[in-house]
Amino acid sequence: METDPRYRSGWSESRHYRTLVRRLHIDVPLFIGLLLLSLTGLVILYSAGGQDSDVIIKQGVRLTIACALMLVVAQINPRHYASWAPWFAGAGLLLLATVLVVGDIGKGAQRWLDLGFMRFQPSEMMKLALPMAVAWYLADRPLPPSARHLFIACALAIIPVLLIARQPDLGTATLVAASGAFVLLLAGISWRLIAALGVLIGASIPVIWYLMHDYQRNRVWMLLDPESDPLGAGYHIIQSKIAIGSGGIFGKGWLNGTQSHLEFLPERSTDFIFAVFAEEFGLFGILLLLTLFLFIVLRGLLIATQAQDTFTRLLSGSLVLTFSVYVFVNIGMVVGLLPVVGIPLPLISFGGTAMVTQLIAFGMLMSIHTHRKLLPT
Amino acid sequence: MKERITIKDYLRESHLFNNRVVFAGVVIVVLSLIIVARLIYLQVVGHEYYTTLSNKNRVDIVPIPPTRGLIYDRRGTLLAQNLPSFSLEITPERVADLEATLQALRKLIRITDNDLERFRNRFANKRRFEAIPLRLRLSDEEVARFSVDRHRFPGVEIAARLMRDYPLGALAVHAIGYIGRIDEDELQRVDLANYSGTSHIGKTGVEKQYESVLHGTVGHQAVETNAQGRVIRVLERTLPTPGGNLYLTIDADLQRVAEAALGDNRGAVIAIVPKTGEIVAFASLPGFDPNPFVNGIEQKDYDKLAQSPDHPLFNRILRGQYPPGSTIKPFIGLAGLEYNVINARNQTFCPGWYALEGDDRRYRDWRREGHGVTTLAKAIYQSCDVYFYDLAFTLGIDRMYEFMSRFGFGRSTGIDIAGEVAGLMPSREWKRATHRLPWFPGETIITGIGQGFMLATPLQLAHMIATLANRGASVRPRLAYAIQDLGSEQPAILEPVQEEPLPIVKAENWETIIDAMQETAHNPRGTAYGIGKNAPYRIAGKTGTAQVFGLKEDEKYVKEEVALRLRDHAMFIAFAPAGDPQIAIAVIVENGGSGGLAAAPVARAVMDKFLKPGAT
Repeated sequence: METDPRYRSGWSESRHYRTLVRRLHIDVPLFIGLLLLSLTGLVILYSAGGQDSDVIIKQGVRLTIACALMLVVAQINPRHYASWAPWFAGAGLLLLATVLVVGDIGKGAQRWLDLGFMRFQPSEMMKLALPMAVAWYLADRPLPPSARHLFIACALAIIPVLLIARQPDLGTATLVAASGAFVLLLAGISWRLIAALGVLIGASIPVIWYLMHDYQRNRVWMLLDPESDPLGAGYHIIQSKIAIGSGGIFGKGWLNGTQSHLEFLPERSTDFIFAVFAEEFGLFGILLLLTLFLFIVLRGLLIATQAQDTFTRLLSGSLVLTFSVYVFVNIGMVVGLLPVVGIPLPLISFGGTAMVTQLIAFGMLMSIHTHRKLLPT
Repeated sequence: MKERITIKDYLRESHLFNNRVVFAGVVIVVLSLIIVARLIYLQVVGHEYYTTLSNKNRVDIVPIPPTRGLIYDRRGTLLAQNLPSFSLEITPERVADLEATLQALRKLIRITDNDLERFRNRFANKRRFEAIPLRLRLSDEEVARFSVDRHRFPGVEIAARLMRDYPLGALAVHAIGYIGRIDEDELQRVDLANYSGTSHIGKTGVEKQYESVLHGTVGHQAVETNAQGRVIRVLERTLPTPGGNLYLTIDADLQRVAEAALGDNRGAVIAIVPKTGEIVAFASLPGFDPNPFVNGIEQKDYDKLAQSPDHPLFNRILRGQYPPGSTIKPFIGLAGLEYNVINARNQTFCPGWYALEGDDRRYRDWRREGHGVTTLAKAIYQSCDVYFYDLAFTLGIDRMYEFMSRFGFGRSTGIDIAGEVAGLMPSREWKRATHRLPWFPGETIITGIGQGFMLATPLQLAHMIATLANRGASVRPRLAYAIQDLGSEQPAILEPVQEEPLPIVKAENWETIIDAMQETAHNPRGTAYGIGKNAPYRIAGKTGTAQVFGLKEDEKYVKEEVALRLRDHAMFIAFAPAGDPQIAIAVIVENGGSGGLAAAPVARAVMDKFLKPGAT
């Protein structure tokens, strides 16, 4: 928590500023990247939400709260994360089980727990708790993990994933599973094992297909042939592609996207907000947006490589990779490369829960990065 | 807590971890490139395609129907116009409590259960922001009453739209016709693009025949719509071209006189200007008010019209086929002269009956005591049957068929409205073909006085008398006088359609017949002397009566009624002035009895009005 006086003395001109930043445990490049992204999100949300200032105020308030939480999390020494990890994951499991029994039903799935004053999505909490738990378990073991430890780590990950998939929320289940898998990948399991896993997943696709709900199968079919049901399940993808394609290189201009403003594009404030952005700002704007995402991800990976112990390394790496999965799955879905899975675009889409989770994750990254002890030279 | 991990292990793990992170970073960059490639595919390669789709999404082409052309009579009296008609419309999305609103409206304005049912049916099918008519054709008083309370009914509005209106009601309805909602069959026939905004189409009369003139050309507006189809704004507009105005040959004043002269009788009056074929009066009575037909007449009202024994919907001029009776005598006489079978001085003795050699059957003259010694002229103005029995026998059916066909019997006149029937001029071939029987001599004889198989419509009779007045020049009868397209100052007057003139060899034969026909009206012993004695112009005419056969199967037996309905049809054909014919006319008064007494005065009234317009 204390900064090295030698480190500090070299920065006399902006000493006070630096001191404040270090006191607050802020990673400046990451912070600026996140801030730019969030503000871009508000700008496009204003257009996608029909220029409704209420929407912006609501989202702004959430953003502020999430930012505050991020800063709070950044203050906590990562050592504590390791010791809290098992309790955190255990509580998450309990809540997931509860939601299956008494959860609110929204859009045909039980995902919410009504606490009276607020509604809470335990699967959201699991996005953080699961990589923490797996990283905590593997951190004390020699890496790459032995077959026994690997099996236990997998078991740790699979139980919550199955509970989430039961809700059913396939999108979140996949992401939570991915966050666990990333820990394993970063822990150095052998490529042979990864290849074997790949074959296993490939073989299980027919089984998964069999277990899927009809609407989930529809979404996959729609990806393969959206025109087959243009007014039904294929409508999202078709309208999204029209929005993106008609945007062209420079876009139709802010607030001028006809697809979104005339309400052809569904879910334009949430899952499909990327299409609104593409329509209004064109390829040019999208390249800037992707650069921003890429910058945040690469900065996150750099933080991971500089982390000083196995737990923080595994955790930070997994969180960053999960964030990038969000980005790619959402964009892949909106541009018609992946099925429609209902995953929002991080920090851009309207909605509070996901934003809070994301920024808390970045708070952890900042904490990991700013609580490093400098190794003796 | 990391005691077990040696420095060496730590370095190896760190190395492994960094490898994996680099690997992940490479994958992320590759994924980014894939997404960029996809976006280039969508936004650069497919840009035009998706722009088209996007425009198709948001731009709707909405037709603007043209205003239908007006119909005037030949002097510019309005016969068919478009009047704003007010209807009460409800936009459901703007009404908080629909039931309460409906109840409150019912207290204010008469709304029948029928109206409500129609409203609810359409309510189920329409989108919430589209206005649905609740009551059509509000009276001015109802409009005023609603306007006062309007603030109480948000979402309820009075809408004005143009509705076809026939200001003179039943006058000349069988010529003008009416428009109605387009039905399935008509939808097959019309140009769908041009009728995309049109709800009504000409159903009968000139409204149907001149549909292409009256309808006009549809306009379009491109409107931006949202996903629900709500119009956001108008992008561009092509105005429709209104239909052309149509001037009819009919003279509304003359028409009124003709209909008044027929009075309460059933029958028909048709008057033609011989030189041009212009129909100046076209009365088929009883008629009906076409206005209720425009928006669909109530079933019970329609049934009343359709089941009336007077057949008001029946167009007698076009479709009423009557035995022409004595009205054909001048034409048979002309045939006799043409074929050199008789001349004007030949005399025949009429004892009151006629019989064929070797046949017991006596063909009676209408006058029991006979006409005595009879010339052609006398046979015409006194309508002697025996003279024409004899002439018909001498001519034979073949020559009669040939000559009468030339005059237009058994052939439609080609009038410019649809529905005309052809009548019937019998021949040997016709009888063999339809009755599988040979032609009998007795049938030749009664054909000479227009009985037997012969049938003619009032229109055909009028056309024939007009041709006679023209001394053989046949002009196609028509109802359209002029057409005024949008932008033209003056209506373009249509040219008469001349048809093949009758090949009459000796021109004096016309005068022989026409002189005899003048005697009908001006000789004290003529059958129509009643109308000719005080006429300031010379009338050439011929009376006729047509026997009415038996009861129709579906008519109930009511004694007085039947007695009335079994009376002969009275007929009269004439033109005037005889030397310079201005008007030719055919009159039929159903069950009117005598042609001279019932039909001729109707013709006189019309001719008076036409030839001396100031005198009435």
